[in-house]
Amino acid sequence: MAEDSKPNFSNGAGAQRLRWKYLDNILNRPGPFTDPDWEPGEAVVEGLSRAKILGAGGLGCEILKNLALSGFKDIHVIDMDTIDVSNLNRQFLFRHADVGKFKAEVAARFVEKRVKGVKITPYCGKIQDKDEDYYMQFAMIVCGLDSIEARRWINATLVGMVDENDPDSLKPLIDGGTEGFKGQARVIFPTMTSCIECQLDMHAPRAAVPLCTLATIPRQPQHCIEWAHIIAWEEERKDITLDNDDPEHITWLYQKALKRAQEFNISGVTYSMTQGVVKNIIPAIASTNAIVAASCCNEAFKIATSTNPFLGFPETDNYMMYTGDESIYTYTFQHMKKPDCPVCGNLAKNLEVDPAFTLQDFIESLAERPEAQLKKPTIRTEAKSLYYQSPPALEEQTRPNLSKKLNELVSDGEEVAISDPAFQITFKFKLLFSK
Amino acid sequence: MLKIWSMKQKQQQDESAATGPKKKKVTAAQLRVQKDLSELSLGSTMKTYFPNPDDILNFTLTIEPDEGMYKGGRFNFSFAINQNFPHDPPKVKCTQKIYHPNIDLEGNVCLNILREDWKPVLNLNAVIVGLQFLFLEPNASDPLNKEAAEDLKSNREGFKRNVRSAMGGGSVKGQSYERVLK
Repeated sequence: MAEDSKPNFSNGAGAQRLRWKYLDNILNRPGPFTDPDWEPGEAVVEGLSRAKILGAGGLGCEILKNLALSGFKDIHVIDMDTIDVSNLNRQFLFRHADVGKFKAEVAARFVEKRVKGVKITPYCGKIQDKDEDYYMQFAMIVCGLDSIEARRWINATLVGMVDENDPDSLKPLIDGGTEGFKGQARVIFPTMTSCIECQLDMHAPRAAVPLCTLATIPRQPQHCIEWAHIIAWEEERKDITLDNDDPEHITWLYQKALKRAQEFNISGVTYSMTQGVVKNIIPAIASTNAIVAASCCNEAFKIATSTNPFLGFPETDNYMMYTGDESIYTYTFQHMKKPDCPVCGNLAKNLEVDPAFTLQDFIESLAERPEAQLKKPTIRTEAKSLYYQSPPALEEQTRPNLSKKLNELVSDGEEVAISDPAFQITFKFKLLFSK
Repeated sequence: MLKIWSMKQKQQQDESAATGPKKKKVTAAQLRVQKDLSELSLGSTMKTYFPNPDDILNFTLTIEPDEGMYKGGRFNFSFAINQNFPHDPPKVKCTQKIYHPNIDLEGNVCLNILREDWKPVLNLNAVIVGLQFLFLEPNASDPLNKEAAEDLKSNREGFKRNVRSAMGGGSVKGQSYERVLK
């Protein structure tokens, strides 16, 4: 804090640059691992300060602090959450007076104040609110998201953005995640290296207890809470949608669980345990977050400056896993791209079609087109099932579409997914109407 | 970064320049369900029904067992698949009130692969095979309808009679069941 008040520290460009003295040592001279073609100096420093970067999600505090202290100058941050009192133990950019305010807003102001010369643009909302044009402006995306759904979304978006004719459309995605003492950092070059969809099975599914145990022989307090959560609520309050953040709902579940626990002579059901089980809260460990966020920002820095080899360079390691529950262990490896990945395995190809063709004509033409050669295609758009070969009921329901014209079924430029029993993968085509 | 791009160009993937107006893309969950549907082997005992054929993530499955204690019945299950499939399992419920040790009166189903043993490598076919199996081999050691399970364990013949009367719309031990006979 004392440093902040020293007037000379924020005076003049030269004095300001002093803060980055040690960073400049890296940026201004080659090291043993830098590429022979790399030229140190002003351009590298410039590149770093120009790189627009986007951070989002639960690891936000750590990531934002690290990016700002690594010399990035133009940072955007997205987070939909507001500050809860339980965040204060580890999310160090927030104070008690900030409880209830938007995280992105408070974090941005805090870091801007502490690190002079950094511009941070907050957005309080979901990453899904933004479109491709928005993501296009960044040099890379650093994510510390807490849900798989959000990860899959940003991944598919970035893969879909890659345009063969535009180098700027390739946005490195740096993803960090933690769960208790475990965490991972990975780097994805969309369409070039293994993506989040390729790596979906790396996420351990949520541990679940058999339904019959919950229903008949609960042994632990958590079993009683799960019972209240998925069985009692359905039976007694079916018409009300359970809101995990509504204290009345949690209290109801807590009391149900407590009563059931008493029937089975189980002790230990508490309100906070109820909250934990229902919201699937895994205690966040401050140091796990710090380690994983540090690794992510380290990679971001290296990618932006080319000062050292980075994670995710094609044909090299792209995934760093960390466990801290028994001593410390990390392992870095190359997760391979899946050829049949539904997101990056098969990118949409342009296909020119006559809009006056019927779907039947189109399907027949698919069998002949050299680029497709599909004999028994099933075909859909995001919104419509165009034609399904099976199951029989769906075949019957979609059969009337066969005689419809393409321009009645799809719009110009719309993407269709075509699968065929002869192929493992699903093909994607962008249908462009011939004029 | 520049180096990466030149590698990208060397990879020489097919020219798939994404041009034109932005359109919604088929989602990963839809792609996977489409693939799973094409691999379903329904046989003669099962049928699907799609209330909205454009929405392949929600449908019902009808099972008509051709052997075992539940022969002659027609059982309906609703499948609700979310966008997180196949990370999340499909949500499957029996839409009728039936007498079965592994299905409760609300229609919840105790099938390991629908919950604790679900893995993304499993597909919809595995689920329907599992459901079908429940009618061939009801399992007293995983009870969801405790009374039915007790009956099955203690008196198999009595259980069979209860199944018949419940399927006909009768009641068992004061609990009335839905008529599910064909």
